[in-house]
Amino acid sequence: MTTRISGRLTAAAVLSAVLGTAGASAAYADSTITVATVNNGDMVVMQKLSSVFEKEHPDIHVRWVVLEENVLRQRVTTDIATQAGQFDVMTIGNYEVPIWAKQGWLVPMDNLPAAYDVADLLKPVAEGLTYEGKLYALPFYAESAMTYYRTDLFKKAGITMAEAPTYAQIREYADKITDKPNQIYGMCLRGKPGWGENMAYVTTLVDAEGGQWFDMAWKPTINTPAWKTAITYYADILKADGPPGVSSNGFNETLALFASGHCGMWIDSTVAAGLLYDKKQSQVSDKVGFAPIPTGSFTGGPTWLWSWNLGIPASSKQKDAARTFVTWATSKEYVALVAKENGWVAVPPGTRQSTYDNPEYKAVAPFAGFVQRAIGSANSKGQTKEPRPYTGGQFVAIPEFQGIGTQVGQTIAGVLTGQSTVDQALKTAQYSTARVMNQAGYPKK
Amino acid sequence: MAASAGENVMGGTAAPTVAARRPGSWLVMPSVGVLLIWMIVPLVMTVWFSFRFYNLLDPSVHGFAGLDNYTYLVTDPNFWVSLRNTMVLLVAVLVITVGLGTLLAVLFNQPFPGRNVARVLAISPFFVMPTVSALLWKNLLMHPIYGVFGVVAHTFGLQPVDWFAQYPLASVITIVSWEWLPFALLILLTAVQSLDQEQREAARMDGAGVIAQFFFITLPHLSRAISVVIMIETIFLLTIFAEIFVTTSGGPGNATTNLAFLIYSRALLQFDIGGASAGGVVAIILANIVAIFLVRSVARRLEV
Repeated sequence: MTTRISGRLTAAAVLSAVLGTAGASAAYADSTITVATVNNGDMVVMQKLSSVFEKEHPDIHVRWVVLEENVLRQRVTTDIATQAGQFDVMTIGNYEVPIWAKQGWLVPMDNLPAAYDVADLLKPVAEGLTYEGKLYALPFYAESAMTYYRTDLFKKAGITMAEAPTYAQIREYADKITDKPNQIYGMCLRGKPGWGENMAYVTTLVDAEGGQWFDMAWKPTINTPAWKTAITYYADILKADGPPGVSSNGFNETLALFASGHCGMWIDSTVAAGLLYDKKQSQVSDKVGFAPIPTGSFTGGPTWLWSWNLGIPASSKQKDAARTFVTWATSKEYVALVAKENGWVAVPPGTRQSTYDNPEYKAVAPFAGFVQRAIGSANSKGQTKEPRPYTGGQFVAIPEFQGIGTQVGQTIAGVLTGQSTVDQALKTAQYSTARVMNQAGYPKK
Repeated sequence: MAASAGENVMGGTAAPTVAARRPGSWLVMPSVGVLLIWMIVPLVMTVWFSFRFYNLLDPSVHGFAGLDNYTYLVTDPNFWVSLRNTMVLLVAVLVITVGLGTLLAVLFNQPFPGRNVARVLAISPFFVMPTVSALLWKNLLMHPIYGVFGVVAHTFGLQPVDWFAQYPLASVITIVSWEWLPFALLILLTAVQSLDQEQREAARMDGAGVIAQFFFITLPHLSRAISVVIMIETIFLLTIFAEIFVTTSGGPGNATTNLAFLIYSRALLQFDIGGASAGGVVAIILANIVAIFLVRSVARRLEV
């Protein structure tokens, strides 16, 4: 059975390799670059529009490897860590950029042409991609987090969303809206385990309750009252007002639930705004309201800042052609091109001031100001309630966090399904995290 | 990368001595050599990595680790849970497939209208890819909101069950059993068909009922086929991965993490090649222990 499958897979791989190379003519002056990217909507558009780039640059051919986020991450991480040089352009998050830049794995993005207008990049986003004063990747789109809610359900329940809601208020709203017999769930949140899935949201919640991942001596601070408050809140609100099967809902599953009208509220990435507002993709496009991410007992801490960026690995053999492509795909011209092809509501958000200054964009995207403010106040390098030795909003910017976050994510998902109590889960998470940190040799001298 | 636990199951069998006396055996040497290299090189590399500090994300830590990776593995509570889950999954699926497979084999041996169509339908799940069947079960059947089971529960006014959250391991066992039942059925059905009808006739004449016939005639006749089913299924079930990866990702908590998934998460979620290789070596040892016992017991049966 297994062998049959792998046989098919290799056949498919060979086939795709043949098809992939068939298009590239092997003339001398030509270079073919391989771009690895995520199968998110905005990147699929980039793949489609790359024919425009090839027309402008007849000497560069672009080959695409489009994969699901987790698989992509495995492929590019393995490739860059082993210096295999399969890819010339990689789509990586602001989590990887500073870590990889420090290892010397990425090509610095300096001496950009004046037309590129580096100053136009939103400051918090550009800062996240800077290591020792140099940019190491260019942002393709960026996001923070906010609260989505259904205006019609709020009206029906006779409540109004606060200007800046607190978590206590959110809980009251959720209780009032929930109508389980009619499959309306007051609060949808991510529950699927993963450092970039449930732990992204849980980390912001923990920050809001005055908690953090590590203290200044790199000791995990998971088994603490702040975490207990946060996880108890998270488990309780989902038990009382959440949809069934929440422990297997990631961003995409929750988006589908909200877009099909099953959710009263949802706290998640700002990138969902454009999708929920799009009549083609959402059944509730005319009933979506926005509010900032709720606050807990500690305000002003780091919240959420994520960007997908294009970087060039040091192992690439086509660095110049790769740079030409990366600057094109993150330029103002590219934003204008997407607007021309798919309309302004579909442009990649969160990267450039010029996008937010554009009157046409403001006209079709009422959430634009919200997103810009959320990114502006993400404060991902800021301090938590107690001082912390790491940076990052909804993640910890150390190489070990992928493993730690995913493992703790599994443990927290076990609380949602009632497999363990909050206390047990925090104890387990504290123990497993401390083990990994010891194995990795923290505190590093 | 870590060798799969299914590899090297032949480690327990002796080389064929009969062939060595024939001159033709020299001609197969090259292909045997290629196969050996195919197997030995990854195995040796896995063992080598398992004694080294090797994390893809942090090149600053490297060098010889001694037994560090192994101690780190056995002191991990997840490791023991994964061993337990591997065994529970194996035994449960074997019991279900062999038990139901035997009953269905006897049933499909009876003449009834549409028997051939029913046989094809019963065997078809085996031809669905593991990832696809896992997705089918996850989204079409078991999803609490869109799934068939949930919709049925709703019509009767019951609360739909969130299978993968409340009964994660049982759900995975169900899916894997559904995939492997046709295999057991196929082998056992051919065995039932080869049963001597005169024996059964004689038993019937002596006044044995249907149940007695099954237990004293059919079951002993099937014992060889059953042991073959158990052996082949065991080899595959020790390394179940796709179904877990697609449905629960080893969770919630560590409820469905088996050894194969633990190795995967070490290697490709934590990028700890050293730790994953240590897990791989343990998996190979475990698979070989099981294989030696199985091969011996099957060989004994086949000699009879």
